[in-house]
Amino acid sequence: MDDALVRAGRALRLALLTALALLFLIPFYLLVRNGLADERDITSPEWTFFPADVRWGNVQELFQDPSVPFARSLLNSALIAVATTLGTLLLASLAGYGLARIPYRHAGKVFYGILGTLLVPAAVTFVPSFVLVSSLGWISTLRGLIVPTLFSAFACFVFRQYFLGFPRELEDAAQVDGLGYWRTYWRVVVPNSRPVFAAVGTIVFLGAWNSFLWPLVIGQDQSAWTVQVALSSFTTAQVVRLHELFLAAAVSILPLLLVFLCFQRWIVAGVERSGID
Amino acid sequence: MRRRGALWFWVFVGPFAFGLALFTYVPLLWSVGLSFFDAHNTVTPTHFTGLDNYAAMLRDAAFRDSLKTFLLFTAFIVPVTYGFSLALALMVNRVRWARAFFRSVFFLPAACSYVVAALIWKMSLFNGVRFGLANTVLGWFGGDPVAWLSTTDPPWYWLVIVTVRLWLQAGFYMILFLAGLQRIDPALYEAAAVDGARPGWTVLRHITLPQLRGTSVAVLLLLVVNAFQAFDEFYNLLSDARGYPPYARPPLVYLYYTALGQGQNLGLGSAGAVILALVIAAVTVAQARWLRLGRTDGDG
Repeated sequence: MDDALVRAGRALRLALLTALALLFLIPFYLLVRNGLADERDITSPEWTFFPADVRWGNVQELFQDPSVPFARSLLNSALIAVATTLGTLLLASLAGYGLARIPYRHAGKVFYGILGTLLVPAAVTFVPSFVLVSSLGWISTLRGLIVPTLFSAFACFVFRQYFLGFPRELEDAAQVDGLGYWRTYWRVVVPNSRPVFAAVGTIVFLGAWNSFLWPLVIGQDQSAWTVQVALSSFTTAQVVRLHELFLAAAVSILPLLLVFLCFQRWIVAGVERSGID
Repeated sequence: MRRRGALWFWVFVGPFAFGLALFTYVPLLWSVGLSFFDAHNTVTPTHFTGLDNYAAMLRDAAFRDSLKTFLLFTAFIVPVTYGFSLALALMVNRVRWARAFFRSVFFLPAACSYVVAALIWKMSLFNGVRFGLANTVLGWFGGDPVAWLSTTDPPWYWLVIVTVRLWLQAGFYMILFLAGLQRIDPALYEAAAVDGARPGWTVLRHITLPQLRGTSVAVLLLLVVNAFQAFDEFYNLLSDARGYPPYARPPLVYLYYTALGQGQNLGLGSAGAVILALVIAAVTVAQARWLRLGRTDGDG
């Protein structure tokens, strides 16, 4: 009887999970369905799960629409996400290593100064940051969109925690060989730390690609729009061509799905190493 | 030797620390300064007005309303996301078949932005017309179509806002809980079984939950911090070509329109940002206190 109960419980759990999984996938389905449908299929008076015909021509239409700088915004997003990821990895990993390994009297104070900024929600600093960036004359420039976001206290913290646990023997051997901090770092530490770089890099890339408020505030000019700002301008406009909008959204998540499927286990590893818990 | 250590320390840490100071500490101080000035359209104001901006903000019913919206939203989204992602993790952890598939499916929305998710919710799922998906499903059960985003009584728009965030975030927190579950020593469950504890509620309450305490504290802190930042989904779901409706306006949306909208009133916006920072600091301290107090019973 106990066995029957356990089996019933297992079947129930599986059924519930399957139902939830389908619910979680519906929004992805809607993206593709609406993106490749005819306008009339989206707004037809009856809901249809499968549109009458699939219109691949929509893709061409989206990229040729002169009123929307969609290709340009994709390029901007790609430039910003790649630059932000590389810059963050370089700056935060160097700082994390210095904090973890180089003896210095005031290292503790510097660390708490960095950690303290985690307690200031980015939300609260967006007005003053805008003020600063605009007084530098960086509004609507890639510089303004990239540089201020390069200093992630979170990434620095993850690297510090990771380097604290890095096996000292490897570095000691390098020191005996006469390598200084700089060469030890590049020749021994970095090549042996690829997983943590991949994990932090993926998280930073996702965040940079998806970020909205900062690009909205700084990228005021159409030429500096990111893909998120371009999409948002569609949704708040009065006249919208729905299929184009959905297709643009579907295209905008494609690069991320790729990164995501390739690096999923790094994200999990990164989360586990991030000093959470 | 020590001096060489200091030099190398700054070679490694200096660029990062300098940038962080420039782009976090300088704006913060600048903002506090601006909040005492009349700063329309300018970042170098000359007219000192003392605490006028603060008084104006606190008298402003719309700003007070936005603080209320934010507290209500936090009080709602935090426990719901916590409970839902924990339940997902417990189920995925115990399922034997296709575990990797379920984990991926629930985590996949983390790759979407709030902009994309809001678009799907606003234009397709909850678009308020009869043939929208949510209204079609309602129709199957004989319900009347609902104008989800513009119905304020009852406030149906909350359902839309909360489900967007749940869809986007639950998978990420599920991963945190899964990592926590993996670390629990199986011997604890065996000991419980020997003592006659039946799997299910008893084991969950006396072993699993206490063992997950560290993860829970981290998840709750992250959830609250993220709720503070709520902007993207509110802005994208509720605003249209005519602007933003008078209801459900979290502080960030309000500050966005005040500081960077028509008026460009940076002094007033800065005062609002400082007030918001103080409210957030108070909530964070209260939460840290509460979580520490909660730690006294059974640390496993």
